[in-house]
Amino acid sequence: MPLPSPDLTARLDAVYREESGRILATLIRLLGDFDTAEDAMHEAFQVALQRWPAEGEPENARAWLVSTARFKAIDAMRRRVRLDASQDEIAEALGRGDSVAAEIDDELPDDRLKLIFTCCHPALAPDARAALTLREVCGLTTEEIARAFLTSAPTVAQRIVRAKARIRDERIPYQVPSGHELPERLGAVLAVVYLLFNEGYSASSGPSLTRADLSAEAIRLGRAVLERLPEPEVMGLVALMLLHEARREARVGVDGELVLLDRQERSRWDRSLIREGIDLVERSLATRRFGPYALQAAIAAVHAEAATPEATDWRQICALYASLLAIQPSPVIELNRAVAVAMHEGPAAGLQMVDALLARGELEDYHLAYSARADLCRRLGRRDEAREAYERALALAKSAPERAYLEKRLRELG
Amino acid sequence: MKYICLGYIDPSKLTSVSETELHAMMDSCFAYDDQLRANGHFKGGEGLQPPNTAMTLRYTNGKIVVTDGPFAETKEQLGGIMILEARDLNHAVELISKHPGAKFGPWEIRPAADLAEMVRQSEARRRQTVPA
Repeated sequence: MPLPSPDLTARLDAVYREESGRILATLIRLLGDFDTAEDAMHEAFQVALQRWPAEGEPENARAWLVSTARFKAIDAMRRRVRLDASQDEIAEALGRGDSVAAEIDDELPDDRLKLIFTCCHPALAPDARAALTLREVCGLTTEEIARAFLTSAPTVAQRIVRAKARIRDERIPYQVPSGHELPERLGAVLAVVYLLFNEGYSASSGPSLTRADLSAEAIRLGRAVLERLPEPEVMGLVALMLLHEARREARVGVDGELVLLDRQERSRWDRSLIREGIDLVERSLATRRFGPYALQAAIAAVHAEAATPEATDWRQICALYASLLAIQPSPVIELNRAVAVAMHEGPAAGLQMVDALLARGELEDYHLAYSARADLCRRLGRRDEAREAYERALALAKSAPERAYLEKRLRELG
Repeated sequence: MKYICLGYIDPSKLTSVSETELHAMMDSCFAYDDQLRANGHFKGGEGLQPPNTAMTLRYTNGKIVVTDGPFAETKEQLGGIMILEARDLNHAVELISKHPGAKFGPWEIRPAADLAEMVRQSEARRRQTVPA
């Protein structure tokens, strides 16, 4: 038997990353069970490693892997039949399916969406939903997920083991919910996608500001949901992610420090992502059934449309923040509105709102509240207060680029 | 990735079952090993003789001290090791969770460490200390 070359191993890894979510989704439909489907898929990749060197890569790798996995599952069940007679019926049922295999090996459009809904089911622990989605839908390994979330592999593995046991024990259905169930369940899916995006976009701690791969996975997932469920909030979330993604490069300075919106080189923004984002926002707003994601995307779109920071339509941004607060009250959104008001009406008006917020005590440990206060005090020429607030922000900030930004501002204050 | 799976045995579990049951358990273990082998997951492994056959070597006060018996006396004894090829940690957990050996005692799964970089650095150090 020819040994797999390093090229083939790399190629199969790539196929895994690209296709495993879809293969798994199809196999769950064909085999009716998450674990069985996953085992069978892993076996099929193992078979590919053994057979492709001699036989060459099949023309349609995915179909080959699905059909090989299916036969592996039938084999495994037959083997188990010998040890445990109760499995007889399942194997028989699978065996009967052989003749129709050719027709059902293709992915049905909703297969992957079903898998996403299963992985993001509200009955699963929130941190498990993200890990499970990354592993089962995006094809990341346990170890990669652990690195992305700056945690240990056994911790992630345990979350995934528990989540899968829960799917099995509670018979969490493998389907796209419909009717009255859809909004809530879709909300849970979008929350996971947004969490992944943010985790990748603004790493909460550690040396690097962005972990681009996680954001890319989030966008991929968002697009997959959008393709099958073009709901206004799905458009809104994908738009929001694209508009932020467009600024990724511009928000990191030469020394790896965070560069805020008003100081970014706008020529470095990705225009095609911006166009796509704005298009989606407009479609979402036109439905008049939009929600918080679309409104946040609309705010990002107003920024993206401004050729220079001075050209920003702050009046429109203030109005969008007011709408956003009306449907999703949150101190962080209030803080953002205060910053917009400062730009529209002047720093004094913004500072008054920030101080009122801080006085309520809800943002006491939030470094950006102090950083915003510091910026406003600086603009008002209140240097001592600015210094004090920058120092407070620095004491709370965890990510290295954010700390570098605050240190730079402190130095500039003299 | 390679995972080293340490299979432990609780000896009391071996003595508390009938010979027929013991045979059935062993048969299922070996059958599962064969299945792992056929699917390319079994990359090597050995069963171990009981702890009373062990010798322990320890560097103490500048010399090697040899004692008889195992390094650690525990209720559950290391019964065998397996080198498992799996895609990731969860895949390894899934493969081993189906191993009938789990009924005799716990399995511990650890990823093999990639020492290539450490070895490379060590080779560089050793080349430097050898006179030309």
